[in-house]
Amino acid sequence: MSDPIISFDKVNKWYGNNFHVLRDIDLQVGRGERIVVCGPSGSGKSTLIRCINRLEEHQQGRLIVDGVEMADDVKVVDAVRKKVGMVFQQFNLFPHLTVLENLTLSPIWVNKMPKKEAQEKAMQQLERVRIAEQAHKYPLQLSGGQQQRVAIARALCLTPKIMLFDEPTSALDPEMIKEVLDVMIELAGQGITMVCVTHEMGFAKAVADSVVFMDEGQIVERSNPHDFFNTPQTERSRDFLAKILGH
Amino acid sequence: MSATSFQPIAARPAPTDSRSLPAWLRRNLFGDWKTAGSTIVLGALLLWFVPQFLNWSLLQAVWAPDLKACRAAEGVGACWGVVAEKFRLIIFGRYPFGEQWRPLVATALMLAMLVASCTRPLWKPWLAVLWVVVLAVFFVLMYGNTLGLTKVETDRWGGLPLTILLATLSILMAFPIALAVALGRRSDLPAIRVFCTLYVELIRGVPLISVLFMASFMFPLFMPQGLTIDVLIRVLVGMTLFAAAYLAEVIRGGLQAIPKGQIEAAATLGLSYWQIQRKIVLPQALAMVVPSIVNSFISIFKDTSLVSIVSLYDLTGALDMAINADANWKPFKLQGYLFIALIYFIFCFSMSRYSQWVEKQVNKSKGR
Ligand SMILES: Nc1ncnc2c1ncn2[C@@H]1O[C@H](COP(=O)(O)OP(=O)(O)OP(=O)(O)O)[C@@H](O)[C@H]1O
Ligand SMILES: [Mg+2]
Repeated sequence: MSDPIISFDKVNKWYGNNFHVLRDIDLQVGRGERIVVCGPSGSGKSTLIRCINRLEEHQQGRLIVDGVEMADDVKVVDAVRKKVGMVFQQFNLFPHLTVLENLTLSPIWVNKMPKKEAQEKAMQQLERVRIAEQAHKYPLQLSGGQQQRVAIARALCLTPKIMLFDEPTSALDPEMIKEVLDVMIELAGQGITMVCVTHEMGFAKAVADSVVFMDEGQIVERSNPHDFFNTPQTERSRDFLAKILGH
Repeated sequence: MSATSFQPIAARPAPTDSRSLPAWLRRNLFGDWKTAGSTIVLGALLLWFVPQFLNWSLLQAVWAPDLKACRAAEGVGACWGVVAEKFRLIIFGRYPFGEQWRPLVATALMLAMLVASCTRPLWKPWLAVLWVVVLAVFFVLMYGNTLGLTKVETDRWGGLPLTILLATLSILMAFPIALAVALGRRSDLPAIRVFCTLYVELIRGVPLISVLFMASFMFPLFMPQGLTIDVLIRVLVGMTLFAAAYLAEVIRGGLQAIPKGQIEAAATLGLSYWQIQRKIVLPQALAMVVPSIVNSFISIFKDTSLVSIVSLYDLTGALDMAINADANWKPFKLQGYLFIALIYFIFCFSMSRYSQWVEKQVNKSKGR
C-alpha cells in the first residue's frame, strides 16, 4: 500500500507486566479507507484503536499516523489529536454543556476560532447529523441515538482526517441503532478515513473496504467484507462469525 | 371474539380529600400506633417546653440595661439588658470606642460584597478585582494610620468584624489552595502527589487548636531576631491551611466521581490538561459537592471562635471579655451567649439556604 495514513509496524503493548494485550500488530490503513475491526470481547479491539489517538501508549514497535510517529511528546500527541476524531460507546458528551457548547468547545479553545464562526460551523455539523433543532438542549435531555449523533458531530467539528468509532451502537436500543448507522454510512461516502470497531455486520458489508478480525491481541485475518463473510480464512473467524450471525 | 373498540376516558381531577387538613394529620401524624405515640410524646414535650421558654425569653424578660430589674427577674425572666448594656463591646471588642464607626462601615462593606458575590450576574472577572479593592478598604479603615485615621493595632480588632474577616479571608484563600491540593493528589507526578497527601494527612491529624497554638506561639520562636509577623496574619495562615486540607478532600471526592470517559473525550478533542480540568472536570466536580463545600464553609465560620485562645477577641472572645470583666453582669452571661448564638445562626443558616439555591441552579442546568 502506498502512503498509508495509519501504519502499525510490529506494535506490542502490555497492561502491567504480564498481560500482553497487543501482539506484533501490523496494520496499514490507506487514505480514505474504511476499516471495520471485529473480534471476541477482550481481544484488544478498543486498545488497538485507542493507540491511534494515544489514549493508550504502545511499548514496542512503530505507529505512524498521517506522517507523524507516535511518541511520548506533548507536541506529537496534540498534532495527532487534531487529525483524529473519536466516538465512544458511552457517547461521553459533557452533561454540563449544551449540545452546541459541546460542539464549539474544542474549536474555540483549541483552534482559537471566534465564537460566532465556531457556532456556525457547529450548526452545519448538527444539520449533517440531522439534529440541529436540539442545539440548545442539554445532552441528558436527548435519546441515546440523538446523543451519539451529537458525539459524531462533535468529533467532526475538528475536521479530522481520521474518525475512530469504538462500538458506537452497542449502548443503544435497537430502534436507535439505524439512525446512527445511517449517519455513519453517509460519512463513509465522503472520503474520510474510518476505523470502526463494531459487530454490525450489515454496516461492514455496506461500507467497509476491509474487515480486520482480532483475537487474543493478534490480527488473525484481514480481508474484504465479501470474502470475510463468505469464505473466512481461519477456524477462529468461522467460529466468531457463527456466533454473531447466529448459525 | 369481537374486536374491543377504544373507549376514551375523560380526564378527572385528582381526589382532593387526601389533601385536606384532617386527612393529612391522620396520614402523617397518626398513621399507626407508633406514629401516633411519637406524635403525642413529642407534642407533649413541645407543649411543656415552648410556653416556658417563651415566657422566660419574652414575656417576663427585662429588656432595659437595668441591673436591679434584671436581678429581680432572675430565674423567672431573661435579662436581655446585658446585651443592651454590653452591645458595643460584644460587637466590636476592644476596638477604640470613639472609632467604632470604622469597623461598622468596613464590615457593612464586606457583607455587601459577600452578598453581591452570591448573585450569578455578577460572576465576572472584575468581581475579583472588586474583592481586592474591598479588602484593601477594609484594612485601611480598620488599621488606619493614613488619611487622618488614627492607627489601631490588630490586637485591638475584635468582635463581629474580626469573625467575619477571619472567616471570609480563610475561605477565600483556602479555596484555591484546596483546588490545587485536590488536583495534586491525582497528579501523574509522584512528588506532587506525595506532597499533597502528606499535607492533607498532617493537617487532618491535628486539631485546629494546636494549629492555632503553633501559629501564634511556636512559629515566632523560629523566626530570625527582630522579624515579627502580626499575630492576626499568623492565625489567618493557620486557619487557611487547616480549612484548605478539609476542603481539598471534599473537592477530591467530587473529582473522583467524574467518569474517566469525560476526560478521555476531552483529551481526544485536543484540550490540554488545564483546559480539561477547567472546562470539564471542575465544573462538574464542584457542582456535585456544593453541599459539602458549604458545609465546610459553615465549619470554618464557627471555628473562628477558637481564636480567642490565642488572645484574639472574635465575637465569642469579645463576649467573654465584656462580661467577665464586669462582676455585676456576670450572672447574665447565658443571655449574652444566646445573643451571639443567634448571630452565628443567622450567618450559618443563610449559607445553608444559599447552598440549596445553588444546588437548584446546578440541577437546572443539568436538565434533570
Ligand atoms: N487499563 C487496563 N488495565 C488492565 N487491563 C486492561 C485495561 N484495559 C483493558 N484491559 C484488558 O485488556 C483486554 C483487551 O481490552 P479491550 O478493551 O481492548 O478489548 P475489546 O476487544 O475492546 O473488548 P470488548 O469487545 O469487550 O470491548 C481485556 O482483557 C481487558 O480486560
Ligand atoms: Mg472494547
